[in-house]
Amino acid sequence: MRWTRRHVLDTDDWSRDEIEAVLETTGAMVEVLSRPVRRAPPLRGRTVVLFFAESSTRTRVSFELAAKTLSADVVNITASGSSVEKGETLYDTVRTLQALGGDIVVMRHGSSGAPYFVAERTDSAVINAGDGWHAHPTQGLLDAYTLRGALGDLEGKRIVIVGDVLHSRVARSDINTLAPLGATVTLSGPPTLIPAAWRCGQLPPRTTYEPDVDRALAGADAVIALRLQKERQEGGLLPSLREYTRVWGITEARVGLMKPGAPVMHPGPMNEGVEIDAAVAHGAQSLVERQVTNGVAVRMALLYLLVGTPSLEAA
Amino acid sequence: MLGADDVRRAISRIAHEIVERDRDLSALAIIGIRSRGDVLAARLRDAIHANEGAGVPLGSLDITLYRDDLTRIGYAPIVHESALDFSIDGKVVVLVDDVLFTGRTIRAAMDAVVDYGRPRAIRLAVLVDRGHRELPIRADFVGKNVPTKPTDDVKVHLAEVDGRDEVEVVAREAVAT
Repeated sequence: MRWTRRHVLDTDDWSRDEIEAVLETTGAMVEVLSRPVRRAPPLRGRTVVLFFAESSTRTRVSFELAAKTLSADVVNITASGSSVEKGETLYDTVRTLQALGGDIVVMRHGSSGAPYFVAERTDSAVINAGDGWHAHPTQGLLDAYTLRGALGDLEGKRIVIVGDVLHSRVARSDINTLAPLGATVTLSGPPTLIPAAWRCGQLPPRTTYEPDVDRALAGADAVIALRLQKERQEGGLLPSLREYTRVWGITEARVGLMKPGAPVMHPGPMNEGVEIDAAVAHGAQSLVERQVTNGVAVRMALLYLLVGTPSLEAA
Repeated sequence: MLGADDVRRAISRIAHEIVERDRDLSALAIIGIRSRGDVLAARLRDAIHANEGAGVPLGSLDITLYRDDLTRIGYAPIVHESALDFSIDGKVVVLVDDVLFTGRTIRAAMDAVVDYGRPRAIRLAVLVDRGHRELPIRADFVGKNVPTKPTDDVKVHLAEVDGRDEVEVVAREAVAT
């Protein structure tokens, strides 16, 4: 197939072929990262702007490493210490980014939809590195790549996602990516942290909700634990973190309910002892570190695939 | 242009020529350029093994990331995984491709190879040399020199991927621009 997308904003309208193209390219990038010289030239002379209006270390570093491995120049703009803090509007920031000559803008923003706003107003290719509660497409793709590496074909595999689904752009992007590949997704977590429509049965395709985490995990092929943000307790959505841990925390006993050897994943950063036990996070079935490594390769694949977009042509 | 027997004889002859040129088989490595160069490379490796009884490491290379026209073609071709799981330091690397044309693919392949280490030498084996070079590159081992027009299409079919061995030249009307 021929790659034609100009931006990576959300995977919710992607075909299976497009997801497969990214995963195939990711495999090639994993191999590039294993070479003695970890560098390839396709983005030579291109500039990648990393615009992170919301704090992030691992995603930003992952994109930076990905861009540099493909020989791009990288410019970092963070909200703190930039003109954003001085009251510049998103629109003016976008115009500035464009004037600086960024070929690809990688952006994280606290407001859902902000990358769409930018994509409509610039000639640059835009990659969404996480927007509000909406989407985190590179996380969904790296989770799919990692699960495929561990489980093979995902057709008929059942993946459990546990935790704060309501505020989780990771959960949404995981569902968007895993379902077209043939997996089914079981969501579990406190009813207050599940979107109301989903709780009432209006779920996305190939997705179910099971409040009892032990029942959700029984016989599952893999589990993804979501980060529990401590503010949620103050917001009244949780009685206490201790209760959350007791009822929904991923412990060794709960891992044992899944199929033997079933992988455990977490998008990071982890609250060990809250949503996941330290013994599980660092145990034999944990793929958390492999997720980080694969994350660089997935981001390389997307940066590379956008090299052919019209804005980058014949410059 | 070339039938199955011609392809078989060409590979057999190139296998002998490679060994005549570099007699130390322990320092030899064969790397095929995807796709079809890797198929020919496997055949050369097998022929050398049959003739000499020695195994030679075999790798395959996808050179897409090294192409010089990525920003000109208007889309990004899908990159496939390269497989090169041995050290090429100090080795004589024989690059294998199906058709030698402008030389740009070979330029890209050489750039890719040196990212894996420092070979003692890089040589080039091709099934067909069709001329019209745009870079100062020549092949060390050639199956057949085929005169073509720049607008012709040279199609190489190999049994492993296409079900039969055959090389054909397809004349194509030059597109008026």
